[in-house]
Amino acid sequence: MNCDTPFRLELTGITKRFPGVLANDSVSFGVKPGEIHALLGENGAGKSTLVKMIYGIMQPDAGEIRWNGEPVTITNPNAARRLGIGMVFQHFSLFEALSVLENIALGIDSKVPSRELRARISAIMDEYGLTLDPNRTVETLSVGERQRIEIVRALLLEPKLLIMDEPTSVLTPQEVEQLFGVLRQLAAQGCSILYISHKLHEIQALCDTATILRAGKLVHTCDPRQETSRSMAEKMIGAGLRDLTRSRDRALGEPRLVVSKLSTVQADHFDVPVRHVSFAVRAGEIFGIAGVAGNGQNALLEALSGETPASEAGAVAVDGKPMGTADVSARRSKGLSAVPEERNGHAAVGDFTLADNAVLTARDRIDMVTLGLIGRDKAEAFAGKVIETFGVKAQGPGAIAGSLSGGNLQKFVMGREILQRPSVLVVSQPTWGVDAGAAAAIHQALVDLAQAGSAIVIISQDLDELLALCDTMAVINGGRLSRAMPVAEVDVEEVGLLMGGIHGETEASDAVPA
Amino acid sequence: MTIGLLIAVTMTLIVASTPILIAALGELVVERAGVLNLGVEGMMLIGAVTGFITMFTTGNPWLAVLVAAIAGLLSSLIFGFLTLSLSANQTATGLALTIFGTGFSALAGQSYSAMPVSLFRSVFPAELTTHPYLRVLFGYSPLVYFSLIMVVVVWWFLKRTRGGLILRAVGENDLSAHSIGYPVRAIRYGAIAFGGAMAGIAGACFPLLLTPQWAEGMTAGRGWIAVALVVFASWRPFRLLAGAYLFGLVMTMELYAKAGGGPLTAIPSELWAAMPYLATIAVLVLISIRRDASTNAPACLGKPFLPSN
Repeated sequence: MNCDTPFRLELTGITKRFPGVLANDSVSFGVKPGEIHALLGENGAGKSTLVKMIYGIMQPDAGEIRWNGEPVTITNPNAARRLGIGMVFQHFSLFEALSVLENIALGIDSKVPSRELRARISAIMDEYGLTLDPNRTVETLSVGERQRIEIVRALLLEPKLLIMDEPTSVLTPQEVEQLFGVLRQLAAQGCSILYISHKLHEIQALCDTATILRAGKLVHTCDPRQETSRSMAEKMIGAGLRDLTRSRDRALGEPRLVVSKLSTVQADHFDVPVRHVSFAVRAGEIFGIAGVAGNGQNALLEALSGETPASEAGAVAVDGKPMGTADVSARRSKGLSAVPEERNGHAAVGDFTLADNAVLTARDRIDMVTLGLIGRDKAEAFAGKVIETFGVKAQGPGAIAGSLSGGNLQKFVMGREILQRPSVLVVSQPTWGVDAGAAAAIHQALVDLAQAGSAIVIISQDLDELLALCDTMAVINGGRLSRAMPVAEVDVEEVGLLMGGIHGETEASDAVPA
Repeated sequence: MTIGLLIAVTMTLIVASTPILIAALGELVVERAGVLNLGVEGMMLIGAVTGFITMFTTGNPWLAVLVAAIAGLLSSLIFGFLTLSLSANQTATGLALTIFGTGFSALAGQSYSAMPVSLFRSVFPAELTTHPYLRVLFGYSPLVYFSLIMVVVVWWFLKRTRGGLILRAVGENDLSAHSIGYPVRAIRYGAIAFGGAMAGIAGACFPLLLTPQWAEGMTAGRGWIAVALVVFASWRPFRLLAGAYLFGLVMTMELYAKAGGGPLTAIPSELWAAMPYLATIAVLVLISIRRDASTNAPACLGKPFLPSN
């Protein structure tokens, strides 16, 4: 290893043990000033535990952390921030009832008058091209906007080392480029960046070094530019990666989901309703809806799932049956299932077991209820089948949903719906924060479900995911849907512009000009 | 209605509301930090009996209030230790604290029953406190001014200070606060101790402000009204003030009705006695109709803090 520049952060033999699990097993690596260093690994590989120890949330059982060559004990996040370590969390550490400004103020240690803080925030937002209204309450913001708060909060501290945990999963291609610009700018100023992601091509585009963890052990350190995405993914999983198998040219059947002139009422001041949305999804088709967070995706998902029924029965039709005014249970029993973006709290009840969560959506289609009584054995058998089929890392059907990692819970809720063989499945952000192996499994399951004849709608901000999976896609912006485009003819540049709200001549004929 | 009667009613209602207001302000801060302490009634009784005994033995009302505050604080730390350090259920522990306070105060106060003390009176000169009009401003015990100052202090602390922001953050999302690096348990201990001290002072109001003697269970459920007030003030200090005085008005009217106060006797006294509780229901209904108020509850209220490491 070359020793011409000293490491800013150096880990030696870091070990962390939890009851029954060795989360980190003698991990050693170093990050130089100005280096963008990727940390790669599947869910449960020990990345989060490792960065929590660097950020002072946990203490290592053994090993040494050196900061600029000096051994340090980082007792808590305040100590980490004093050293100059900033972190953007994957599961945001935000306070929903508080304003953007208050959330940012909580993330800095010194007491700064709010006027000065406002000025510093707007200076940072101008410098890096981030937009946020400091007075809005966080609960009214989309996932993408919430992430911007975390980034601004970290940048305010002028960090020497910035830890980014899955930062790009909710951004548009332009926003990703912008973020990479910010990170390269920071690195050029001498800030080191520890970048956790499962998007391998991004790591190749951005990072100087990649450290790969598997089951708590460091398995490989490499230069990502010398590797292929596939070779890194295989090192991460420790096995060959299964290709997405599908036939592009398969024949699509009759329309199964027809949405015509669907509009929703604005629920509160910050809700973005959908307006005159029309599209059709055929049997076997995967229909993608791209768009930046906060452009009506939530309203659309809720209108399709039945959480907010439409006023016209004909607004949503499944297999020719109008269902616009039906509620969630009625739609489910007729074959229209939906998986919302928020897995813990919306798609699943965190305090319930996996078996109980299975009962919540699968009771009718899997026939778990007899004379009003839940068949425990049937529920457990079904939950067990989901766990087995989708490789969910859980102790069994009796595991508490909230105890699963985000990726594993996502696999469970996706598997729970897919195994019910719905006629139409609507999913939002199916692989948000999910590692490469799990994402591949979820993608394959969606493709298999489509090939079996279901119609699938994927609402996602991950354009690569949509381009890889979908047959047809459209862009949602400000609650309006663009025309549907066959994926083979999609121009990424144009989609990016549509996501940003700039409409070209390709605007849908039924959309009102902006 | 004459000016004199109006002044008398105003003064009675302010004095009658003061213990509820002080106890509820303490509980408001505790709940904003995400802790539900249902032991207010018990801590008030502990404050009442210790305050009374101190007043009886020393005759110094300031010392009595201080002792009551310390006694309330210490009893709240029992609750804090069980719920924060041992992660016991907050509802059950709070109820246990009320039962403990009821028993402890009855035991400690056994030999003091029906012995008189003097009230904690206004410190302003007699020309002001007995003036027919100015007494509405100056005729109160320092405890009343303390309660009003504390409304402003609690509002200012929660709304304007960094400490208040951190406390609200802890009540909103304890795990996030922990991950940013705030000492969640220490902050909650602090809030619980403040709530305990306020409940103790509220308890001392009974012998020092209302009836100058010790009687078993003399707080008569006012601690529970304080807990309810916090909810329907939707955790805001000035709404709490308005709510407390509304209760004071109802309780005052009950007193006047019992004393045969003219038109008020048209309603049976049993109904007057039920008024505070009927008012509770009425206000709760009104608040539930307004949708934003119920969502103002601290998100972590009553949940144990269990960080993953």
